[in-house]
Amino acid sequence: MSDTALLAVEGLEKSYPGDAGPVAVLRGISFAMANGETVALTGESGSGKSTLLHIVGGLDTADAGTVRIGGADLGAMGDAGRARVRRERIGVVFQQFNLIPSLSAADNIAFQARLAGRHDPAWCAALAARLGLTDQLGKYPEQLSGGQQQRVAIGRALAPRPGLILADEPTGNLDEATGDAVLDLMLDLAAETGAALLLVTHSARLAARLGRRLHLERGRLG
Amino acid sequence: MHAAGLAALLSHWRRHPLQLATLILGLALATALWSGVQAINAEARASYDEAEAILGEARFGQLLPEEGDSLPQSRYVALRRAGWLVSPVVEGRVEIVGVTLRLIGIDPLTMPTGLAPEGEAIAGDLPGFLTGPGMILANPADAPRIGDRLKARIVASAGVPPGVAYTDIGVAQRLLSRDGEVSRLILLPDQPRGLPDLSAAAPGLALRTPEQGSDVSRLTGSFHLNLTAFGLLSFAVGLFIVHSAIGLAFEQRRPIFRTLRALGLPLQSLVLLFAAELTGFALVAGALGMALGYAIAAALLPDVAATLSGLYGAEVAGTLSLRPAWWAAGMAIALAGTALAGAGAMLKVIRLPLLAPAQPRAWARASQERLYLFAGGAAGLTLAAFAAWRYGEGLAAGFVLLGALLIAAALALPVVLHLALSFGQHRARGALAAWFWADTRQQLPGLSLALMALLLALAANIGVGTMVASFRLTFTGWLDQRLVSELYATARTDAEGARLRAFLEPRADAVLPIWHVEARVARLPAEIYGVIDHATYRETWPMLAALPGVWDRVAEGTGVLVNEQLALREGLAPGDPIALPEGWRADVAGIYSDYGNPIGQVVAGLPHLVARFPEIEKRRFGARIAPADVPGLARVLRDEFGLPAGNIVDRATVKRFSLQVFERTFTVTAALNVLTLAIAGFAILTSLLTLATIRQPQLAPVWALGLTRRRLAALELARALLLAALTIVAAVPVGLALAWVLLTVINVEAFGWRLPMHLFPGDWLRLGLLSLLAAALAALWPARRLARTPPADLLKLFASER
Repeated sequence: MSDTALLAVEGLEKSYPGDAGPVAVLRGISFAMANGETVALTGESGSGKSTLLHIVGGLDTADAGTVRIGGADLGAMGDAGRARVRRERIGVVFQQFNLIPSLSAADNIAFQARLAGRHDPAWCAALAARLGLTDQLGKYPEQLSGGQQQRVAIGRALAPRPGLILADEPTGNLDEATGDAVLDLMLDLAAETGAALLLVTHSARLAARLGRRLHLERGRLG
Repeated sequence: MHAAGLAALLSHWRRHPLQLATLILGLALATALWSGVQAINAEARASYDEAEAILGEARFGQLLPEEGDSLPQSRYVALRRAGWLVSPVVEGRVEIVGVTLRLIGIDPLTMPTGLAPEGEAIAGDLPGFLTGPGMILANPADAPRIGDRLKARIVASAGVPPGVAYTDIGVAQRLLSRDGEVSRLILLPDQPRGLPDLSAAAPGLALRTPEQGSDVSRLTGSFHLNLTAFGLLSFAVGLFIVHSAIGLAFEQRRPIFRTLRALGLPLQSLVLLFAAELTGFALVAGALGMALGYAIAAALLPDVAATLSGLYGAEVAGTLSLRPAWWAAGMAIALAGTALAGAGAMLKVIRLPLLAPAQPRAWARASQERLYLFAGGAAGLTLAAFAAWRYGEGLAAGFVLLGALLIAAALALPVVLHLALSFGQHRARGALAAWFWADTRQQLPGLSLALMALLLALAANIGVGTMVASFRLTFTGWLDQRLVSELYATARTDAEGARLRAFLEPRADAVLPIWHVEARVARLPAEIYGVIDHATYRETWPMLAALPGVWDRVAEGTGVLVNEQLALREGLAPGDPIALPEGWRADVAGIYSDYGNPIGQVVAGLPHLVARFPEIEKRRFGARIAPADVPGLARVLRDEFGLPAGNIVDRATVKRFSLQVFERTFTVTAALNVLTLAIAGFAILTSLLTLATIRQPQLAPVWALGLTRRRLAALELARALLLAALTIVAAVPVGLALAWVLLTVINVEAFGWRLPMHLFPGDWLRLGLLSLLAAALAALWPARRLARTPPADLLKLFASER
């Protein structure tokens, strides 16, 4: 595995407590991603896709193994260190959008960039234009459709120009046409910004549109 | 990073201004009542301190004019010539460039040693003080402002309190335009032997004994403690609102907190920002609360001043001054209250798991699970209350009992309501009724705090109301027993008293001398009254316990009567010996009720009292005559003796005055009662409003299944009324328990007398209806909003894009 990889995952193990002892969710996962690479992570429900994404995103910790982003070991960091990696190097697009309901679309897009101290109004405006949100910027999330909310979430993830975008079934709540349009946008914007994209999806059709596919089956990469 | 995080946190309030208003208002109201009461207490205490500390006069006896506020200087000269060692004081207020100064003129040559705190400064420059334009000693803060406006040399002295200035009596008389007048005379402690009788040498002057002033703080302590307890109760009720608002805001923002964390805001920063947000609110609400508290205190202070004056003779300024310590304490209590109310939410932020799914109703569910905890807490506190009652001593134990009882009741309320609603659900027939009861039970955790606040406010109302009404009933009956004479007349001198008695005897059925001395009994100030052996006393005296043949014993001089407070204080029972002044020893023959009197009282046979205190003032008499003859005899007395109107008083007037004092005493209590109830009503309103915002997902399915919005709104209103009604029913026994504690524990400890408890169901009914009305008004707004919710909003709840 290359030391220069953007993301390097090595021997990742994770289990959760169950009624009859610990239930292993991830069993020795290893893979790497280079800058600008797009990877689809597929698998059945309960196969550990979201858990893997959360650990890679520094939202959860592994029982064993390492996750390195740009060479930095997430497991060796404390909460503050992982928080810094999240805000500065990673953009996350959640299935449930997770927008801040009390902020307007414009403020939601700019939010993570502001947290990271990298707010670029021109870039945010350009993003909003690319996402077709220029007329919606003053609206609050509750006033937007699901597709529009997901586009705001993508804008928020891209606004700080992260090296890695993690997307957890970003089209899961959208109809096929809207989902396709959203994925097109994500891929285009990732390509334009040079960000790598790790996308969790159930859909083999969508997975086929990404550069590489990792299939997770009962906690192992197939 | 912090700025963006804070902006995101605050944006919630911008979108929920009503919730913000609730939080700020709740905290402001809590702070207002607390700080208002504290302002009143501080003002009163400052008045006592000022009265006692300025000249330290309380340590000395004083001669005061019986009428008016001054006496001629010639009276001072006459007393000095008669050999009495007295020192004159003249006092008044002067206004200099908007500053009101209390100017006190003293005579350094005759004043007792150590009287004025800056006596050394005067002694250092006695000629300067006495001669020329004179010297004025003022506080360093006041001295520059006075400047040379008073045409005297201004000397700054740290020993002088702010707002006060001392000067020679001659200078003061000139500046106050009171030439030849004196405000009072200070009686030096060591007087030469063989002096003429003071009453003969100084007619028209009243002697204030040295103890009187210094007892004021002790006597009024209980009153202020009661006010403080009420302030604390109001503060606690207000904190329920704040806790509720912060808790609900936390639940609404739980997803935001997670998103902030997920997007890279460290936990430490989130906690810091949350704390900063709460601190900001506390400061804003605290300032608002202080302003409100000042207004409340300013409005109530005149009544408090009248109460303290009527009940204890303590003079309190009727106007409020701003004290920095009060501001600081008020802001501190606002911050502490916010910290207390927000501690739970803060803990949740710290423990918030990053990946748990959003659970808008998690708070409610968790609260439901806490029912067992509440039940356990209530049981534990009930035991603590019992222990405080059984084994505790003093006023502090009384308040522990009171506090434990009230908190236990508040904690038990959700458990009781849960059981009642479960019972209702079990008995419900029909789908809608079953849903109504089940949904009400589900809402209970969200409304619990507001209902607890209502319970506390209602219990306080019932408890204090029962106490006051019981007191009033007992007091009125007691007044009828104690005020046995139809007419009371007071002569100006003993000689006039003798003539008065001789005049009255042929014209009245009986003439009852009312003579007394002030003395120390069991180390504390007390009054010893003398009574003649007369059927009036035997028939009407309000005796609580007595030996057989009690009046015979009093008449013989082997027994005396003591009032309840003295008996309770000293643990005296009928038959016990009691030591009286002048080596007088007697048995306690009986104990009588003596409401409203803060000090001990002894009643002895008049001849025995006069024998031991021959110099007793023999001036006051009660006359037993037919009520119809009272006006005529009063007129004759005025004509015959030229007595001032105040010296001839009929029973009806005394009774009316006594009841007036009584009513004013409880004006403040009644006002605080109403304010606390209003806060509880506000707590219900805010809880219903905030709950309404998260209730749509529960109501939308019922609407979709065929219930109109109007019907849903009506059910919401009915729900609020049901919960309020159950709380009112629960509050009655709690209020009665509170009344019992107030009457049999707190009152005895604070004032020294025990009162019988009377029940007033009519008052409870009125209070209950008022509370239901308040609950209905509080529920009306959210119900109206629900009735007008656009169907599109309810449909959104089912739409996939939400």
